[in-house]
Amino acid sequence: MTLNVVLPQSSTKVRATALDVHYGDKQALFGVDLDIRAGEVTALIGPSGCGKSTFLRCINRMNDLVEGARVSGSLTIDGSDIYDRTIDVVQLRARVGMVFQKPNPFPKSIYDNVAYGPRIHGLAQDQAELDDIVMTSLEKAGLLNEVKDRLLETGTSLSGGQQQRLCIARAIAVEPEVILMDEPCSALDPIATAKVEELIDELRENFTIVIVTHSMQQAARVSQRTAFFHLGKVIEIGDTEQIFTNPQQPLTQGYITGRFG
Amino acid sequence: MTEMIQTTATRTAETVAARLNRRYTAERRFRALGLGAILLSVGFLAVLLGSIVDKGWTGFLQTQIAVEIAFDPQVIDPEGTRDPATLDTADYAALVRAGMAARLSPEADRATRRDLSALVSTMAADQLRAMVTADPALIGSRATLWLLASDKLDMVVKGQVPRQVGAAGNALNDRQLGWLADLEQAHQTRKTFNTTFFTAGDSRAPEQAGIWGAVVGSFFSLAITLLVSFPLGVATAVYLEEFAPINRWTNLIEVNINNLAAVPSVVFGLLGLAVFLNVFHMPRSAPLVGGLVLALICLPTIIIAGRAALKAVPPSIRQAAAGLGASPLQIVAHHVLPLAMPGMLTGTILGMARALGETAPLLMIGMVAFIVDIPKSPLDPSAVLPVQIYLWAGSPERAFVEKTSAAIMVLLLFLVSMNMVAIVLRKKFERRW
Ligand SMILES: Nc1ncnc2c1ncn2[C@@H]1O[C@H](COP(=O)(O)OP(=O)(O)OP(=O)(O)O)[C@@H](O)[C@H]1O
Ligand SMILES: [Mg+2]
Repeated sequence: MTLNVVLPQSSTKVRATALDVHYGDKQALFGVDLDIRAGEVTALIGPSGCGKSTFLRCINRMNDLVEGARVSGSLTIDGSDIYDRTIDVVQLRARVGMVFQKPNPFPKSIYDNVAYGPRIHGLAQDQAELDDIVMTSLEKAGLLNEVKDRLLETGTSLSGGQQQRLCIARAIAVEPEVILMDEPCSALDPIATAKVEELIDELRENFTIVIVTHSMQQAARVSQRTAFFHLGKVIEIGDTEQIFTNPQQPLTQGYITGRFG
Repeated sequence: MTEMIQTTATRTAETVAARLNRRYTAERRFRALGLGAILLSVGFLAVLLGSIVDKGWTGFLQTQIAVEIAFDPQVIDPEGTRDPATLDTADYAALVRAGMAARLSPEADRATRRDLSALVSTMAADQLRAMVTADPALIGSRATLWLLASDKLDMVVKGQVPRQVGAAGNALNDRQLGWLADLEQAHQTRKTFNTTFFTAGDSRAPEQAGIWGAVVGSFFSLAITLLVSFPLGVATAVYLEEFAPINRWTNLIEVNINNLAAVPSVVFGLLGLAVFLNVFHMPRSAPLVGGLVLALICLPTIIIAGRAALKAVPPSIRQAAAGLGASPLQIVAHHVLPLAMPGMLTGTILGMARALGETAPLLMIGMVAFIVDIPKSPLDPSAVLPVQIYLWAGSPERAFVEKTSAAIMVLLLFLVSMNMVAIVLRKKFERRW
């Protein structure tokens, strides 16, 4: 089902222009301009509270669930406005999947966790196809070998790292175009982290990935492009290599060298 | 530098040591107070339960007397037609009287006969009628039967009232006490399990009164309550918690629901009287109306418990489902509601337990009537357990005292088992995420 076309390097998947976000009276994002390119991993870095998660949640409209959150400015996916009235949020979220900071598998079986998305969207014609989707997703998430004998056990019985990979499998089972990851490794040990990073690198072939991380090393390892957020603004965006070796802004320089943040 | 640290360390240690004793004393005092409070409340509970059990356990027994009955054809069916109507209307009480007289005082005059028949329940005649209509071949034979004793005799045999003429509560006279002694001498009295109590409806005669009518009435009422309040309560809780916007109206509704939970139940009874009886003309004294009124009383409890259960579902589950593109209804139906259900059920059972014990609102809608028949549907007039207790507690006959306590025990048994189910449910489904 996956199209293995090589995406042109510079095609823009998600584009934010002058994006403002308010939580009640408090403004969290100030005129953010940011392009996310298709087929790349974009890392969002910046000190705590600078609005990385807020930006991420705008892309699949998870901010709709937050009481009092208002979004203005323009945010497009493939050129169409995400916040347009005609866009159906259910459909949008099928196109833009999300992996959360804390692994949050459903208290259901491993199989049902992965099968849930395809089921509600009617992606499988029959049981065999559903089985197939579940297996491929677990395989892609690098979890199949560990769980193939216990698919009916509950997802919450897995270890933290396995749970996070289960959540990734659950997200990719819907075959989204974009996957948003909000500090996906912050609850994981180094070995599990390494596995997830490896996985992100593989997923890049088929998905556009946006990842929020507090680890410079991780950003450097997995991403092609990096955006630095500070106090609700994008200070700098560029190729990861350039951001880490030759930042243009003093704030960026200060952050990556650990002088603040 | 090290020296300084050292001195501060000793000083800290000394200060802490100096206060240690006071801290421990305070802790001991607090513990003693807590223990005292617990002992006091457990003591009160024990006294309460003890007095109920002490007064009531004999209510589960009934006294019977062995009497030789002659199924005299002259009395039952003088024409010998064996016509069921004749058999049904025959004077079986006369057979009982004759049997008693033959055993205790063969040359009895009218007054003596009256004293004699006061020892046996009027139900004995019904017992004979049932036997004869079931098997007319009995007519003409003799049989020694265990007949139900009257409540007056019952009280004396059970030792609830002193065996002394004129003593408080003792309604037997000298002659009757003598007969009783005679019967006991010959082992012609016995105490057996009181099946009547568990199979009969209410009665003016204490020995014939039972709680089954009230149990069935309570069951019908609670069934109606559950059917009405559970779906309504769950739907309300889900809507308010998951879908309703937070604004002045929903806040107002929320405050009102919390207030309703605290409204005295008798007010709901008046509401039921005004609406269900006077406007909709529903049947008086019926479990249908009782159940509806109880549903109103339970509703706030169920809604509040339901909302608490929904709130306890971690937001991460909602986010996970939303992130996959589940619609709000799917999020609730597939994930949130199943996880909240045990909590909702627990709240519902506790609400039901409260409804089971409610009395005042049911008095308002006329469920306090004296009803002998076992209700066959929620539309039949009926008693409920707490009202039955209330009725018996107000009856003058000494024998209703033990019935009252026995009925209280049955009610408590139901309440305790419902609470147990709630606890088991909570334990079983405790947080699994
Ligand atoms: N639900 C909310 N309601 C009100 N304010 C919020 C909410 N979520 C975030 N904020 C505010 O918006 C700002 C940005 O928060 P955000 O969560 O996007 O930061 P972040 O960059 O992800 O931080 P972290 O690295 O700690 O996760 C913060 O000042 C925060 O206080
Ligand atoms: Mg964040």
